[in-house]
Amino acid sequence: MPHRVPLGSVLRRPRRMPLGSPLQLLLLACSFALAAYAGIRLLAGDRLGVALWIVGAALLHDLVLVPLYSLADRAVTRGLGAAGRRGWTLYARVPAMLSGLLLLVWFPLISGMVDEPYRSATNLSPDGFLTRWLLISAVLFGGSALLLAWRLRRAAKHRPPASH
Amino acid sequence: MRDHPPLPISPGFWRSPLRGPWLTSVLGLVLLIGITVLFVTGLVSYAAYNPGLSPVNDQTPDKGVLGFYLFAWPTGPVWLYRLTQGVHVTLGITLIPVLLAKLWSVVPRLFTLPPARSVAHALERVSLLLLVGGGLFEFTTGVLNVQLDYVFPGSFYPLHFYGAWVFFAAFLAHAALRTPTALRAVRGRLHEQSDLVTPRPAPPTVSRRGALWLVGGGSLLLFLTTVGQSLGGPFRRTALLAPHGTADPGGGPNGFQINKTAAYAGITAADTHPDAWRLVVTGRSGTVRLSRAQLLQLPQHSASLPIACVEGWSTADQWWRGVRLRDLAALVGYDGDPPDVFVESLQRHGAFRRAALRANQVADERSLLALSVNGEELSPDHGHPARIIVPAAPGVLNTKWVARLTFGDL
Repeated sequence: MPHRVPLGSVLRRPRRMPLGSPLQLLLLACSFALAAYAGIRLLAGDRLGVALWIVGAALLHDLVLVPLYSLADRAVTRGLGAAGRRGWTLYARVPAMLSGLLLLVWFPLISGMVDEPYRSATNLSPDGFLTRWLLISAVLFGGSALLLAWRLRRAAKHRPPASH
Repeated sequence: MRDHPPLPISPGFWRSPLRGPWLTSVLGLVLLIGITVLFVTGLVSYAAYNPGLSPVNDQTPDKGVLGFYLFAWPTGPVWLYRLTQGVHVTLGITLIPVLLAKLWSVVPRLFTLPPARSVAHALERVSLLLLVGGGLFEFTTGVLNVQLDYVFPGSFYPLHFYGAWVFFAAFLAHAALRTPTALRAVRGRLHEQSDLVTPRPAPPTVSRRGALWLVGGGSLLLFLTTVGQSLGGPFRRTALLAPHGTADPGGGPNGFQINKTAAYAGITAADTHPDAWRLVVTGRSGTVRLSRAQLLQLPQHSASLPIACVEGWSTADQWWRGVRLRDLAALVGYDGDPPDVFVESLQRHGAFRRAALRANQVADERSLLALSVNGEELSPDHGHPARIIVPAAPGVLNTKWVARLTFGDL
């Protein structure tokens, strides 16, 4: 991206980092001012805990979650590719992603880690979450497998008989 | 792996042919609208608590100018808080796949070298930490709170409220800096080379549109398995994984959703026994003590009102019956000019065991000290012997197990 650096500043201090767009600087300064105003209040309680959560959330996502699901996806793609079934990737990826997404969002309920407070606060049974998630996952994977089988059958029917 | 495996700092490390300005821009524009709605409905929810009325309603008393927009929360339409908070929580959950996809689409930029090309660029990257960290913090605290998983470092209200402002500050700057580029990219008018496009694309397994369908499918699945807990009625069964989905707690007239049971709140049968329980009503003409039987002898009125929780779930309208709050105000010297009221519960702990209602809420003829619901005496879990029910107010302001009402300007 081309950056226009004022000629004067380059001549005077050739090795200094350029400032960049003044409009952008002004905008970011306003943003930081507001973030700092709220941030002081956010950090008023458990300062270290909150800072850890915010920075940790970004790091955990970028350095753990993304690599993990990327590696899993790559393993599936390569495995199917090695078996000569690269075209099947989506039939595994789609249900796995959807099922994983539900698990990620509802992990406290599905894993049973909030069973006790959940039951005593709401008078509802916490037992069904794992079962329902497993059933939804079964439907997703089963549906995907059925769709693949149906497409394979249709492709086989349309193939000329000589290729059998 | 052949010869030298590239590092994440090398553009060749990132091989997905999906990444590029079009995908990032489409996802970004969806979030631009979605997160704006989340922020506004979040601010509205704060206003719905009437935090300016009394310190007991305000979990963020140090808000300063961040409360600039506060207004007296109205009592109608009765489904107002159901709608705004249902949208806030359901939309937030629905946007999670979009947020994750957006972050995935720009993850190579995390590793861009040199770390900064200019002072402005360096500051922008710091701002991006607040954007990503703050955004994930908001979504995470929200998702954990609705599942009663209170593991975050502090009370939910200040964390989610101040966190929202930190996040939104970074979000505004990001939107101002990037929206023009995003609009050009989705219109196909972006002709600059983008660092998001990999120089070493792997063979595609899905098209960009296909990837977008997948993200949309994830959102749809989350939406369909969640929204029923806010719609209530027969739709509750469809909310397969939402905390207040699938089932109601027991049957009968009192078999609708409970936020906190009597046992959870530490209310015992001895506390609410007819011999022990008295409602203490105080106002400018003095104090009146009423047993439940005496309350039943006052004029009884009905109102069909929902319960709507900050956690996003709500119930259909329930048919409440009891004494109007303004009639109770009249008992203690406020005949025709009902003031604010300070409500105290038998509950010994919990943030909202005391709550304040504004004069407009007390004056509404549908605002009741309810004694029965759907034709039956209130159950212990729904606030027996008596509870507050006010149209359009957040659930926690509908105090259960009421012990004392103090009328007067707060």
